[in-house]
Amino acid sequence: MSLAKRATRERAGTRFSVWLLASSALLITAVLVGTMIGPAGPQWWRVPLELLNRLPLVSIDSGVSIEQWNIVWQIRAPRVVLAAIVGAMLSVAGASYQGVFRNPLVDPYLLGVAAGAGLGATLVFTLQRQSTESWLIDPLPLAAFGGALVAVFFTYLIGNAFNKSRSNTTLVLAGVAVTSLATAIQTFILQRNNDVVRQVYSWILGRLSSATWGDVRLILPYVSLSCIVLLMHRRLLDVLRVGDDEAIALGTNIRRVRFVVVLAATLGTAAAVAVSGLIGFVGIIVPHAVRLLAGASYRRVLPLSILLGAAFLVAADIPSRVLADPAETPIGVVTAFFGAPFFLMLLRMRKTQT
Amino acid sequence: MSTLGFCDLTISYDGVCAVNGFNDILHSGEWLCLIGPNGAGKSSVLRAAAGLINYSGSVAIDQKEIPTTSARWRAQNIAFVPQTPLMPDDMSVVEYVLLGRNPYIKHFASESTHDLEVVEKILHRLDLEQFSNRMVGTLSGGERQRAVIARALAQEAPVLLLDEPTAALDIGHQQQALELVDKLRREQGLTVVSAMHDLTLAGLYADRLVLMHQGSCVASGDAKSVLRSETLAEFYGVSARVHHETDGTVVVIPQRVNSN
Repeated sequence: MSLAKRATRERAGTRFSVWLLASSALLITAVLVGTMIGPAGPQWWRVPLELLNRLPLVSIDSGVSIEQWNIVWQIRAPRVVLAAIVGAMLSVAGASYQGVFRNPLVDPYLLGVAAGAGLGATLVFTLQRQSTESWLIDPLPLAAFGGALVAVFFTYLIGNAFNKSRSNTTLVLAGVAVTSLATAIQTFILQRNNDVVRQVYSWILGRLSSATWGDVRLILPYVSLSCIVLLMHRRLLDVLRVGDDEAIALGTNIRRVRFVVVLAATLGTAAAVAVSGLIGFVGIIVPHAVRLLAGASYRRVLPLSILLGAAFLVAADIPSRVLADPAETPIGVVTAFFGAPFFLMLLRMRKTQT
Repeated sequence: MSTLGFCDLTISYDGVCAVNGFNDILHSGEWLCLIGPNGAGKSSVLRAAAGLINYSGSVAIDQKEIPTTSARWRAQNIAFVPQTPLMPDDMSVVEYVLLGRNPYIKHFASESTHDLEVVEKILHRLDLEQFSNRMVGTLSGGERQRAVIARALAQEAPVLLLDEPTAALDIGHQQQALELVDKLRREQGLTVVSAMHDLTLAGLYADRLVLMHQGSCVASGDAKSVLRSETLAEFYGVSARVHHETDGTVVVIPQRVNSN
């Protein structure tokens, strides 16, 4: 085999497949542990037995009652699956935003997704707080989703109207402006409706505790679409790493790539935020951890961010269930509390390596 | 193969004129070198030809106007080496050079075996094979410059635009880089336009020099006719001696003004 071919294959191939296997294993472990542990339900070691029992042609007496199994299957399982989907989405969206804006500190909420969703949720809490039970569909995720998309739409509109050059700074600044505006409106509404402050606050901190299979079904199409589109752009995101001018000189239609990536990442993030609230930190820390471990090429960063992001949020959700039992610790608190030291450790590891 | 033509090229930034009516025509295998003081408009001419800025007038390759072409077509026909390329430190040399194949890869596809073969040949040719797995950030200035040129050559474009290709290099690597470009244009008929500050080197390698001053072309021709001490004094404000070697090489030697 020739040198260059061997070189690329070595870099992109062997090491990458090891990481791919390792992160898949981590995700599976996290999902298993996640379904095994919780404040109520059967003893943890009985859960895998019952899972085996449920397979065709296998019969094991696991000693799990129907009620206990319902806790596992109807409460824990959707929660774990939703955590995995949301974690994967926020991480891959964060990585893509960082690539498109060539800024390592960017998170998926950059262009107003979070503030827009927060405003939408606040409106629902204030306007519809008594009567939502009778509604056919829960308006909360819809309003958050809509709010997020409207906010980013405005950001893009303003960013393009004022942008004479090809730089993306205007877009980022427009995002800052739209975020502050939406937050200001939200604060104004909350000031006048003190009774919903608590609800809105707990929504903002992120919540997976009320997850149902319905939530999973609701966001899965958006998240899958978004992930597929982003993964298809992984090579182009590598081309963007050399800067706008050079990427254009290398034949990239940079505006189109940026628009499609931002659109896909925003759609997926808005869907994730709609059911889970604002879970911070994942979108920054996971892509960076991946870069430190497996290298900065987006061909590795994007797929690994999906797997490790899912594993990270599933794992972070476990302490959030049991830490302050019987109360829930907000998942956003856990991700930051365990994520920050872990990240520092990675940074230190890298320093000693080089 | 390819003809690169500039006709009445005018570029302005926010109303300030940077290039004023630049005309030239280059045929396959020619090397044109733009010289002139900082801010004369050399880079602007190159960036217009690379399709990176708006202009009035005409820049065309084989009668195809640059703005009417797609970015992909341009990248297949023009390779541009900017003055200070942005090189991600943690990208390997192979990955970096492979970026040059971007114009030939479909939007969502990845590199073919042919792309890898092209890159391999170029790495061999530029003596970069032993660096192929090294990270770009660990290379020396000369090696980085070679990697950038390798990426431009991987585009297999008939026109090569070089903005200060030797600015960061020592005298040995300057010669190495320019010899390489010269060899390629002789062998493959590359059309080269470069902007350079080292007048002696410019005169040594280019077929023609164009001296620019405040956006206009003030002198053009071979080294002997452009590099004259009066001309240099007028447009660079430099006191320099111009020495003619017996082999036709023109050497520009700066002089001390207050030599006591």
